[in-house]
Amino acid sequence: MAERIPLSLHVPEPAVRPGGRPDFQYLSIPQAGAVRRPPVDVPAHEIHDLAYSIIRVLNREGEAVGPWDPGLDAEAVKAGLRAMLKTRAFDARMMMAQRQGKTSFYMPSTGEEAVACGFQTALEKGDMNFPTYRQQGLLIAQDWPLVDMMCQVFSNERDRLMGRQLPVLYSAKEAGFFSVSGNLTTQFVQAVGWAMASAISGDTRIAAAWVGEGSTAESDFHAALVFASVYRPPVILNVVNNQWAISAFQGIAGGESATFAARAHGYGIPSLRVDGNDFLAVHAASSWAAERARRNLGATLIEWVTYRAGAHSTSDDPSRYRPKEESDAWPLGDPIERLKNHLIALGAWSEERHTQLRAEIEDEVLAAAREAEGYGTLHDGPKPSSAAMFEGVYKEMPRHLREQRQELGV
Amino acid sequence: MGVQILMPALSPTMTEGKLSRWLKKEGDEVKSGDVIAEIETDKATMEVEAVDEGKLTKILVPEGTEGVSVNSPIAELDGGGDTPSQGAAPGQDTAAPQQPAPPAAASHKVGEVAKQAEDHAAVAERGAQRGEGAAKAGEAAAAPEKDWGPTKPITVREALRDAMALEMRRDKDVFLMGEEVAQYQGAYKISQGLLDEFGPRRVIDTPITEHGFTGMAVGAAMTGLRPIVEYMTFNFSMQAIDQIINSAAKTLYMSGGQLGCPIVFRGPNGAAARVAAQHSQCYASWYAHVPGLKVVAPWSSADAKGLLRAAIRDPNPVIVLENEILYGHTFECPTADDFILPIGKAKIERPGKDVTIVAYSIAVTWAMQAAEALAKEGIEAEVINLRSIRPLDSETIAASVKKTNRLVTVEEGWPYANIGTEVAMQVIEAAFDWLDAPPVRVCGKDVPMPYAANLEKLALPTQPEIIEAVKRVTYK
Repeated sequence: MAERIPLSLHVPEPAVRPGGRPDFQYLSIPQAGAVRRPPVDVPAHEIHDLAYSIIRVLNREGEAVGPWDPGLDAEAVKAGLRAMLKTRAFDARMMMAQRQGKTSFYMPSTGEEAVACGFQTALEKGDMNFPTYRQQGLLIAQDWPLVDMMCQVFSNERDRLMGRQLPVLYSAKEAGFFSVSGNLTTQFVQAVGWAMASAISGDTRIAAAWVGEGSTAESDFHAALVFASVYRPPVILNVVNNQWAISAFQGIAGGESATFAARAHGYGIPSLRVDGNDFLAVHAASSWAAERARRNLGATLIEWVTYRAGAHSTSDDPSRYRPKEESDAWPLGDPIERLKNHLIALGAWSEERHTQLRAEIEDEVLAAAREAEGYGTLHDGPKPSSAAMFEGVYKEMPRHLREQRQELGV
Repeated sequence: MGVQILMPALSPTMTEGKLSRWLKKEGDEVKSGDVIAEIETDKATMEVEAVDEGKLTKILVPEGTEGVSVNSPIAELDGGGDTPSQGAAPGQDTAAPQQPAPPAAASHKVGEVAKQAEDHAAVAERGAQRGEGAAKAGEAAAAPEKDWGPTKPITVREALRDAMALEMRRDKDVFLMGEEVAQYQGAYKISQGLLDEFGPRRVIDTPITEHGFTGMAVGAAMTGLRPIVEYMTFNFSMQAIDQIINSAAKTLYMSGGQLGCPIVFRGPNGAAARVAAQHSQCYASWYAHVPGLKVVAPWSSADAKGLLRAAIRDPNPVIVLENEILYGHTFECPTADDFILPIGKAKIERPGKDVTIVAYSIAVTWAMQAAEALAKEGIEAEVINLRSIRPLDSETIAASVKKTNRLVTVEEGWPYANIGTEVAMQVIEAAFDWLDAPPVRVCGKDVPMPYAANLEKLALPTQPEIIEAVKRVTYK
């Protein structure tokens, strides 16, 4: 009998841990403009290379280059810049509110603003996002009232979710923002179902599913791809690869073996891998996928390559598992800085105007926070109604709940 | 007048932390958003950002100080105004009218949760000491449990960690897997030090898929290893419930005895604080329903250590339902190397003659508090800590009811088909003739757990509800 070597288990380890020098050698980054732009009706097997490259538009000089340049005018670029700045200011204000005890919990999207803010530009009224907890930019980019979002975070008397849901897990049907589930990936497959329903009923609306790279390990992710492959519903399958799932680096989710965009290949779903810190590339790729969906060509998977610059949540401390300097060393830069430089390169912007806009937005966010705090915060001021706690368990309140409510005297 | 900088809370359950480092010194100018200090809890290290601006005039708590209470002043700032530090940052504040609420009131409210938690711990420990003393004196209906000799105070968190470490040293087939258990040492820091001691082959960080890693662990258990599967919260085990029920629980039976599944599924169960509907459910009823599974729910540190060790050694799948709020609580725990508790045996935490209160997990704390309050009114409640949900120690419960003739059950789970229902039915079967009043169940309201603090409080059982239930069965 042949001699057998003892087996051993492979446990992925990140390139570097706290105290080490940031190392992103695992990421191969092509020049801006280098990746081809196929027609939207391209068969999946003809664009396998696009899942192993990175679509980029903005170069180091702030110029928009290559076939994916969407040719946005200065006003559209300014709107994107404004949405990203507003998202960042909103996050900063809410992080501070948590430290002040006004809410128990918050999750910032710092560094990833271009993904949600850029994506929303490809959607139309009636389309539906199934977001995770880091896509507040989808709401902010459509000028959804900040006060409304803050009231949810503060869980006060104006909270549209009536004090029932965790902060950040917004729900705004009319904004095409499906109620966020606290459990990972459950809604990825629901988005596919929503899109199938749109196709079944002969509607024109499309859906967008959202998941982080870590959660692609969940069974629901794979089930979603099966259905998206079989029935070709109008859905965009977004995988936000921000490199870190709390302390687990992307290798724990399988990133060492293949890109997350390449997950789509086995299912025959066209797939793109895109610079998620490049607002123009995000807009262009989202529009490409949305057009495919609207033309009944089926699902597209997009991996957004970005970096979670902040903590996972207010309960997390990233310095325990990654070098503090890693964020600054991220090779795709900061999405806001990059779009600002582009606008300056277009001759439509300046550092002074940028500083002024940022100050205006910070004032706007602060004013919204003041107003929202006036309706109550976690521990102070008006509270959600106690009687309403028993409503909405069922469509109509059963007798035993009415009795429980009466026993409590609320 | 100076502004006080208060010790911040990093989570709703945090009560105190260590001030590990000052990054500013007295006399330094501080801007809003500057990192001024680092604090450390048992969960994480965090940076404290300044909310107000001004000169740091005085450091009240030197670096390295442990056990600094949330909301206690840690430094003073000469802010040039009288804005309390809990308010918004100055500079921005000047544009808006002053908040009328005095700082003391604001910080008191923030600290309320923390204080309540401390009270729970204190009452529980007093009660535990009394209960144990009385049991030794022979007042309790059931036989006193084995005397394990000397004890020392440890937290439930440490007890769970010690139990795993002891069993992993004892048996090389035992290993731990789950999300964030290795490098991060557990989302709730239960696996502290285990990666260092046992290495990445036996303390394994998994991809985010409860269904996937549970199935993998069940496979490993059937191959002869003894996995401990940690769920970040038991709510996430719902993804894996098919693996737990249809494979782990039934394969010994279905394979004609060929393939057993010696495995432990553990993690925090039930409500913590401010984690809302999808993260606050009690799974005692769900898992206790299933033949082939054993279910334990530790309350004290001794429960946690003794029951988890027994669960790891058990040849069957065992569900260990922990409680996040109890993790940081300290109880006396036997130090004996061979300390272990039998699965299926309840403990009388406090002897009494007027009413039997049956509880498990954190509800034991509430029951003990209620018993203290009732004692002042002349009602002596016997409090039974179930420890084991399945098998259920019906004998101890029935013996107690035969003495007190009255039964109240307390738990945080929903009313319908809960553990109290099972306890009451078993008492009716075994001791119907001894009952002087219909049993009463005190439990969570029949609604998904809301997030808001005021609603969450209403949704959970309260001490007045327990007292009212006792008065109902004692006709007081």
